[in-house]
Amino acid sequence: MSAVTASTGMPTAVSKGAFDVDWRQIARTGGLLALGLVFIALTGMPVGLDERTVIEPWLSLGLLSLTFLPFVLGYTVGHEKVLEGVAAKAKGARDVVAGAAVGALGGLGLSVLVVLVDNFDLRDPLVNWSPQLVEMLSFDQSVGFGFVAWIAISGALGAAGGALHVLPHQVRRAVVAAILAVLLTAIFESFLTDVIDQLEFLYASRGGLTNVWAVVVFVVAMAVSLSGGGEKLGERRAAYQAASGPAKNRQTALFIAAFSLAMIIIPLVTGKITQELMANVGIFMLLALGLNIVVGLAGILDLGYVAFFAVGGYTTAVLTSPNRGPDWPSWVPTLDGPGGWLIALAVTIVMAIFAGLVIGAPVIRMRGDYLAIVTLGFGEIIRLLFLSDWLGGYFNGAQGITNIPSADFGIFEVKGTDPRSVFYLVMVLAAISIYISWRLEHSRLGRAWMAVREDESVAEAMGINTVNVKLMAFVVGAALASFAGAVFSAKVGSIFPTSFLILVSIVILVIVIVGGMGNIVGVMVGALGLVGVLGGPKQPGLLQEFSEYKLLIYGALLIWMMLNRPEGLVPNVRRSRELHQDEFLQDAWLRGEVDRDESTTEAEASANLADGLGTNGGAS
Amino acid sequence: MTAAVRAKGAGKTNVDRFLTVLRVVMIGFIAISLVAFIAQQIAPENPFAEWRHGDEGATRLSWAQYRGLLVTGISQGAMYGLIALGYSMVYGVLGFINFAHGEVFMVSAFTGFIVSTKFDAAGWWEGAAFFPAIIITVALCVIVSTSTAVIMERVAYRRLRGSPRLIPLITSIGVSFFIQEAVRLVFGPGAKGYPSNPDWLEERLPWLGIEVKKLVVIIIAAIAMAGLWYFVERTKTGKAMRAVAEDKEIASLMGIDVDKTIVKTFAVGGAMAGVAGILWGILFRSVINTTGFLPGIKAFTAAVVGGVGNLGGAMAGGVSLGGAEALGPLMILEPWGIPGVSQLRDAVAFTVLILVLLVKPTGLFGERLSSEERA
Repeated sequence: MSAVTASTGMPTAVSKGAFDVDWRQIARTGGLLALGLVFIALTGMPVGLDERTVIEPWLSLGLLSLTFLPFVLGYTVGHEKVLEGVAAKAKGARDVVAGAAVGALGGLGLSVLVVLVDNFDLRDPLVNWSPQLVEMLSFDQSVGFGFVAWIAISGALGAAGGALHVLPHQVRRAVVAAILAVLLTAIFESFLTDVIDQLEFLYASRGGLTNVWAVVVFVVAMAVSLSGGGEKLGERRAAYQAASGPAKNRQTALFIAAFSLAMIIIPLVTGKITQELMANVGIFMLLALGLNIVVGLAGILDLGYVAFFAVGGYTTAVLTSPNRGPDWPSWVPTLDGPGGWLIALAVTIVMAIFAGLVIGAPVIRMRGDYLAIVTLGFGEIIRLLFLSDWLGGYFNGAQGITNIPSADFGIFEVKGTDPRSVFYLVMVLAAISIYISWRLEHSRLGRAWMAVREDESVAEAMGINTVNVKLMAFVVGAALASFAGAVFSAKVGSIFPTSFLILVSIVILVIVIVGGMGNIVGVMVGALGLVGVLGGPKQPGLLQEFSEYKLLIYGALLIWMMLNRPEGLVPNVRRSRELHQDEFLQDAWLRGEVDRDESTTEAEASANLADGLGTNGGAS
Repeated sequence: MTAAVRAKGAGKTNVDRFLTVLRVVMIGFIAISLVAFIAQQIAPENPFAEWRHGDEGATRLSWAQYRGLLVTGISQGAMYGLIALGYSMVYGVLGFINFAHGEVFMVSAFTGFIVSTKFDAAGWWEGAAFFPAIIITVALCVIVSTSTAVIMERVAYRRLRGSPRLIPLITSIGVSFFIQEAVRLVFGPGAKGYPSNPDWLEERLPWLGIEVKKLVVIIIAAIAMAGLWYFVERTKTGKAMRAVAEDKEIASLMGIDVDKTIVKTFAVGGAMAGVAGILWGILFRSVINTTGFLPGIKAFTAAVVGGVGNLGGAMAGGVSLGGAEALGPLMILEPWGIPGVSQLRDAVAFTVLILVLLVKPTGLFGERLSSEERA
């Protein structure tokens, strides 16, 4: 796609003035905006998040939940598909007008909502149809004020969004970077002040950036971006990707060293809450790394991944807790002494591998989508078994297994009450998992996985035993999940069937997909960004206020990513080529590397694609 | 394709051997359980029952208990069947599992709750006024669920035509989550209770001892199913749907608007889920934002049991799954002396799915899919 727009490059446009806009498009986007805003208002987000201030005293997270949308849609309404041979319209006042119109239309939706909420009582089905909503939406003034204010605010934000189009590319990027910088500084408040106490001057006593410092952060970020900071970073990244051999290895080693050092130092200087948060992020990172092998590398959509987490957690619990079910025969030892945890971990891994084989073998031959549902069924069956009276003598049913001792290594002990030690343990296991994933990805097995992911029939024709290869992915994924289960049970000290809902599988899947399927760094970014900021299924993140809304956001994020960026934030190069095959083909065609017309069959097309990529040296 | 090649004896792998063993063990287990169950019904003091149940011996069920279980199972199964139709049709036309279809059902049950409480407050949910009230409620439920399904298609799935198979499935998981959470946030958490049904619905028929509401559910489901069958097999739109399911390109060459036909498919599936939703509300009188999840997956199971793309099969699959779920724990697990078998109902449903896919992956009544979707 990029090349299509780039190669045109000559918008010979004639502007007919500020009002030469596509009114139907505006009406549609504006209507959508209105619906979206009313929906957000009715989910209770504005009122529920009003307590958390972003910029003291005027911008709360609740207000932000309503105001970001007009801005974004005001920007996107100006987007035009630039087609080959069709003159694009020049950017100018019309973008601003369109943005403002969309914003005002959306604002009208909220205005009407204020009046309706004030006059009618629909609180019975709609729980957020409340006086607080009116108060919030009319800024503690009269309803009429709110009515006018929302049209004005939303229109202005839409206009601002539209105005972004008019700005030159570099300035636009700087503005966006500055806005993001302010938001991130506000979101990371508790983390930043935890790491460096002196940073507290940035924030007001009630939380939130102060006006002055918000402006300072904005200006600094803008200055950095304008001075080419972002570009330099991009260049460095491109240079790193282009490098090969010892130079690249050295850079990778440096990066890993720096990252590890940061991971060792940060927990030392932060308080308990941040350490706890990081420990949770680490556990989900472990899980996501495992699922990444199954989904990202081998292309098997496993929706019951939580089953292996549960097997890991329960095995460790049974082997270490004195409170396990009464029916265990006496030859199953209780390993609560020093070093016992390591033995338990070894047994746990064996059990998980066994579970991976037992669950994997029946499903591995199924069609991809059937497999997804069946694994989901397995995930649920395993939880129901742990919950049942039948195995209650072993796993205590709903009461769960409590009193799980901490992981005692003899020399030092990892206690659940000391999140720092848990974090270090998780990091050690994560390092092992990352190493395993990385080595596997570049091994014969890893290449076989990717071949199976891209096309199973072709992989089979190439002599890959697809069944065994896929089963291996299942088993490796299960083993990595059992790491997380073992740490989880030692950290929390007690486990219940409710810790292993299907929800957990889905959250891990979202992490892998948002981060970037098949990319280790992507998965780490995903875990940090989602579990760290929004929180896990039951674990709070940095935005604790979001816990009520985080699953909604996870769902929306999953849809949005699939529609717009299925390769994830940090994509795996090969995977994203597969997903954008058509566009690569088009690019290659535009560069004149493929000299056939569109009527080629699919087989020919992929052959052409291969040619195009081959001559291109695979550098895109 | 690969499975067919291998079935001709191209060399067995360990996985094949394991699967064979698994099939034999599962079927053997079920057979032994059934024999033990029958034996236990005839003679509760047989040696097997004494071995598994200890001294107190096995229980024998009365005819009324069977009937109760079976009717409950079938009435639930009828709803699974109605939901399964949507899965089956969408799978037939687009070749992906619309994971969020269960949420369409839930949205309908929620609409039913809202409308029925309003009617109840106005005193319309009893006596003669109940009939117009329930007709309006059903109509509203069907409208809301149909629009939900259509909007879903428009917003999320239309842009994914032709993308790799798992992408729309993952998207639909997101849609499912989003709808569940949106309903929870907008209408509040916690289970919502329907107003109590009119007395005649709660009574039992004098000669069969079946609860009237369960009978009503079964009858309405049968009518809806018959209507759908007529629509798909006898009308022009239905013909277009079948044509699109068979081959989209050729269908569009024949002058069929593929996009519109797909929308109609979603709409019809949504309407069926809508009927199921209000029936669920009347039967269980409670709805929560996660109501759609398990019935959704079980309905998918029903679609697979009956053979995906096969509408009659979906309904039959639903009824058999409902029956299996109601009787399975008692007939298969109870003879082994497993306590609390009713807790394992859902596990039994999922086991049915696994078993069918292992033993007869095309379903009991055969799949009807175009060749590209079978690959």
